[in-house]
Amino acid sequence: MLQEQLLAQGYVASDELSMALHLSVELGRPLLLEGAAGVGKTEVAKMLAQLRQCQLIRLQCYEGLDASSAIYEWNYQRQLLSVRANQDSSLSVDELEEHLFSEKYLLRRPLLEAISQVEPPVLLIDEVDRADEEFEAYLLELLSDFQISIPEMGTVQALSRPLVVLTSNGSRDLSDALRRRCLYSFVDYPDTRTEMAILQHRVPAIEQRLATQVVGFVQALRREELEKNPGIAETLDWAAALMGLGVVDLAADPQVLQASLVCLLKTQADRAAIPTEVAQRLSGSLA
Amino acid sequence: MKVTRFVARASGASERMAGFMAHLRDNGLPVGVNETVRVLHALTRVDPSSHDEVRLACKAICARSADQYDQFDELFEAYWLNAGRERPGLYSVESRQFSRNTRQAQLPNAGELPGSDGSARVDDVDDGREGDAAQTGEGKLIASGSRNIEKIDLRELMTPESVERAERIASQLAAAMRDRHSRRQRRASRGSRLDLRKVLRASLSTGGEPLQLYRTRRPDRPVNIVALLDVSGSMLVYSRVFLAFLKGLVSHDRRTDAYLFHTSLVRVSDVMRDSDTLRAVNRLSLMAQGFGGGTRIAANLQQFNRQYAAQCVNGRSVVIIFSDGYDTDPPEQMAMALHRLRRRGCRILWLNPLKGWKDYEPVAAGMAAALPHLDLFAAANTLENLAALEPHLHAL
Repeated sequence: MLQEQLLAQGYVASDELSMALHLSVELGRPLLLEGAAGVGKTEVAKMLAQLRQCQLIRLQCYEGLDASSAIYEWNYQRQLLSVRANQDSSLSVDELEEHLFSEKYLLRRPLLEAISQVEPPVLLIDEVDRADEEFEAYLLELLSDFQISIPEMGTVQALSRPLVVLTSNGSRDLSDALRRRCLYSFVDYPDTRTEMAILQHRVPAIEQRLATQVVGFVQALRREELEKNPGIAETLDWAAALMGLGVVDLAADPQVLQASLVCLLKTQADRAAIPTEVAQRLSGSLA
Repeated sequence: MKVTRFVARASGASERMAGFMAHLRDNGLPVGVNETVRVLHALTRVDPSSHDEVRLACKAICARSADQYDQFDELFEAYWLNAGRERPGLYSVESRQFSRNTRQAQLPNAGELPGSDGSARVDDVDDGREGDAAQTGEGKLIASGSRNIEKIDLRELMTPESVERAERIASQLAAAMRDRHSRRQRRASRGSRLDLRKVLRASLSTGGEPLQLYRTRRPDRPVNIVALLDVSGSMLVYSRVFLAFLKGLVSHDRRTDAYLFHTSLVRVSDVMRDSDTLRAVNRLSLMAQGFGGGTRIAANLQQFNRQYAAQCVNGRSVVIIFSDGYDTDPPEQMAMALHRLRRRGCRILWLNPLKGWKDYEPVAAGMAAALPHLDLFAAANTLENLAALEPHLHAL
């Protein structure tokens, strides 16, 4: 059912993925998506937010991401100003402190933001494998109890349980503790049929013949030893580019084909690995 | 495919599910009570009579990594659809089977492994082994008349002691490899050398008297070991000892990674860390045989490059390949795969049991193609050979 709803939104989900999503919604568990870059992991979260018509809160992880930019931070400047302003007033020290560490001076970062929404939002924690292991430890409290402890204020309970989607490219092994708390789904490159469906959903204007050729070519390309395999986004880009160039048949003009490969091959080595002859062989074998 | 029958006692859905969880646990998935509860919850939210829906639900909950994700379907089918055979309840004991075959007793799940059909396969291990041990007379071994047991080709060494010894040698080798220190000096409170510069600088504040001593030492820079073991038919006779060797490499260090390959590649690091050696080795032997067929070394190396290398291979890695080099893939592919692996900055060791044979030349096309990319190509047909690697590894 969820699968059909996603399809209506333009996202073609595999059986496995839609079941994992379904359970994640039903059981209120975070969902961990793993898979190569460009297979549509991030897109899942976006579609889910669209489907449920709720807010999407996104936290992009990077090396060195710390609690202050992911969870919360105190607004020091305002606090200092406030101290200056209250210098002459009659507030006692305790009162002043109480005042300084109140919600007013709290800067909410994505994670705190996500649990303080009344309507449950979709929280996307993108590329969690890029963040340091310490950061994973911060996540654990959030993911199992949906609460965040702020030493100065106490524990903040979630107003509503956000729907958490974590994505990982597998550049680092995630800790077992994190995996334990999540449902898991591995998103692979789509097979020919699925990719065809995706292409037709996203680029409806494409002709059947070109679509078949594009998908066949990309699938063949993924079997070559490339440094960076083209993802679905690349396929869509390429199809759009070919249509823009007015190509109706891949085999017709080798030069245009070769030139348009910039959409698919993103490193120098890959460009070198697919010279004109190889591209011709790949497109020729489709005909 | 027929659905598994259950004995009357194991009737409730929850009990069967608990049995399934135990089955998963036995096969290396780290599932616990939590997962059982979640699965049972999930069953109320999906259509429990639909085989596919239940499978997908269990998969989302129980699998934790890409490997397990791949494995899961087979494990699921093995438990729930074992051709209508009766599955014993959780608490019943198969005393009949236990008494008949002790190895089976350690492997209560032998019958459930994908593709295997019960005890027959376990017995196969023995048959193949004896058969090959009998052939050793014709082997062109370099073993001399010496009675030193370590010089006997590994094919003859299947006794528990030798397996244990292989494991011990492996631990020593692993220790030799890992024992690396940086060339730089870092300040350390209990270092071996004095940091003269720092001591002098500090002495200025005490009028030139060096009262405070600062020390330095060379910090640890351990290498991480990645081992790939060929378990194809041609290597089968060595597999038991090599598996033990692999276990020795893996078990004392969390960073070491181990893989088996034949026609496909499986990561076995976690199974290897099983505390019970014999159980682990048996489980692996089964895992190794579940596939059978020829060897596709190059394809497996490529897959390794794609799937795992980014995570576990870096400039401080040593990749050890145990294989006889008989490959069904084209040799260029092998060269390409090794070249690519090499570009990650790792050292590559190839241990070939055939190299120890007299007059052996690496003429197999795959092996010949691989040679230029190797840092060390060594024999591995006797335990003595393996032990003799130690100085080479120090030098790497």
